Amino acid sequence: MAMSRRKRAQAFRGAQYALLVIVILVLAFVADWGEIQRAFFNVDAARAQFPGVITTALVNTIVYTALGFAFGLAVGLVLALMKLSSVGPYRWIATVYIEFFRGVPALLVFITLGFGVPLAFGLKFDIYSTVMLSLGLVGSAYIAETIRAGIQAVPAGQREAARSLGMSQGRAMVSIVIPQAFRIILPPLTNELILLTKDSSLVYLLGLARDEYELTKFGREGLNATGSLTPILLAGLCYLIITIPLGYLSRYLERRTGRKSERGLEVEA
Amino acid sequence: MTDTIVSVSGLHKAFGKLEVLKGIDLEVQRGQVVCIIGPSGSGKSTLLRCVNLLEEPNSGSITVNGFEVTDPDIDIDRARRGIGMVFQSFNLFSHLPVLDNLTIAQRKVLKRDKAEAEKVALENLRKVGLTGKERSLPTQLSGGQQQRVAIARALSMDPDVMLFDEPTSALDPELVGDVLAVMRQLARDGMTMLVVTHEMQFAREVADVVLFMDGGVVVEQGPPSRVIGDPQHERTQTFLSRVLNPAHVDE
Repeated sequence: MAMSRRKRAQAFRGAQYALLVIVILVLAFVADWGEIQRAFFNVDAARAQFPGVITTALVNTIVYTALGFAFGLAVGLVLALMKLSSVGPYRWIATVYIEFFRGVPALLVFITLGFGVPLAFGLKFDIYSTVMLSLGLVGSAYIAETIRAGIQAVPAGQREAARSLGMSQGRAMVSIVIPQAFRIILPPLTNELILLTKDSSLVYLLGLARDEYELTKFGREGLNATGSLTPILLAGLCYLIITIPLGYLSRYLERRTGRKSERGLEVEA
Repeated sequence: MTDTIVSVSGLHKAFGKLEVLKGIDLEVQRGQVVCIIGPSGSGKSTLLRCVNLLEEPNSGSITVNGFEVTDPDIDIDRARRGIGMVFQSFNLFSHLPVLDNLTIAQRKVLKRDKAEAEKVALENLRKVGLTGKERSLPTQLSGGQQQRVAIARALSMDPDVMLFDEPTSALDPELVGDVLAVMRQLARDGMTMLVVTHEMQFAREVADVVLFMDGGVVVEQGPPSRVIGDPQHERTQTFLSRVLNPAHVDE
């Protein structure tokens, strides 16, 4: 018997809800809730993490990320300009750099910079410099591509207007094009910052002293000490404290730039 | 003694295989208003953009106010200071408020101090009838207002000659008048102007010389009464009859 369109839609939606309920019920009965509670929600283990998880781990994660991002942004800007240069070798070097660091796992970069460079060149960086270099080198490859796209998204008329007022190419770039490019790429740049926040967990490879622990390392140490997974859960939550506001910031910036250009069109039309 | 400010000779420009300008000669005297008319694709905008070297000619020479802009050894940024340009799409710096749009080049290029640059900017905003808009962002203005800001921005550099590239083509019909009024006043004040336009009425009233271009050459030039009022060439006649009687379709 043929069902009406409305009946069919109702039946389909009903089936989807039923499936969801079944999955939840199965999980609820199959899982060992007592064990889960002991592993992840151990109040004593959680209490033992404070205040270090905030005062040391969260703070260090933020500091490492900020250092890496600042360095990555500076190198990324230079790479983006190289990629747009009229001098061939600049373009090639930038392309090779970007392809290399974008294609190699951050983990390998950390190992190379942390152990390889001191061995090879006899240079020894302190922890902050190593973090800044390795996170920055990896981040800059992604950031460079974002900035390049932003610069190219600035309408050609802006540069022409600047040049026709007598500004040199460099002056037009610095005063007119780059400020507008950064407005355009603020949302994707925020996403790069979120990715870098998570990549900062790789710092543990370098061998950290207690007061240099970041969230992941701190959580793992907590796991070893207490035998409970609660510290890991706690570390995860701390990452979310950083990344969720950044995500909202990114979406807010996206909406704001979107609305601005719409409003512009509206007036023009 | 004539006082030639813009002189173009033997100008050729091609984009790839497409030859857009096929030998243009042009002289503009100080204080003259020259209107360039012609069908789209005739090369009039390209000619204008060659004058301040936004497009690089393939051959020929252009001299503006003593600067041979086509000479590769010339300081083109310096030459451009004296050449104001107004674009069809305004091209205001969208990240800067109106006042900063008018002062940024004064400060960075002419090295004027903040107070002087702002004084010049406010005077030019008054000229285009936009006093009180200095804090607005370009997106908050109508097209006509944006174009007048663009004119004020160019004027703030104290140019010797102004180039207008279809300044009213992107505007709603009711906003065209304000922009043309500013341009009329500018012409009355003695500014040398090269204007690419489809506004025949403006060309007729304001121009000293009208150039009709088609297919990359100047077909006809002379006072507006002759080129627009009594065109000699068939191509000019056809173009003008189409522009002046747009509803009329001929075979």
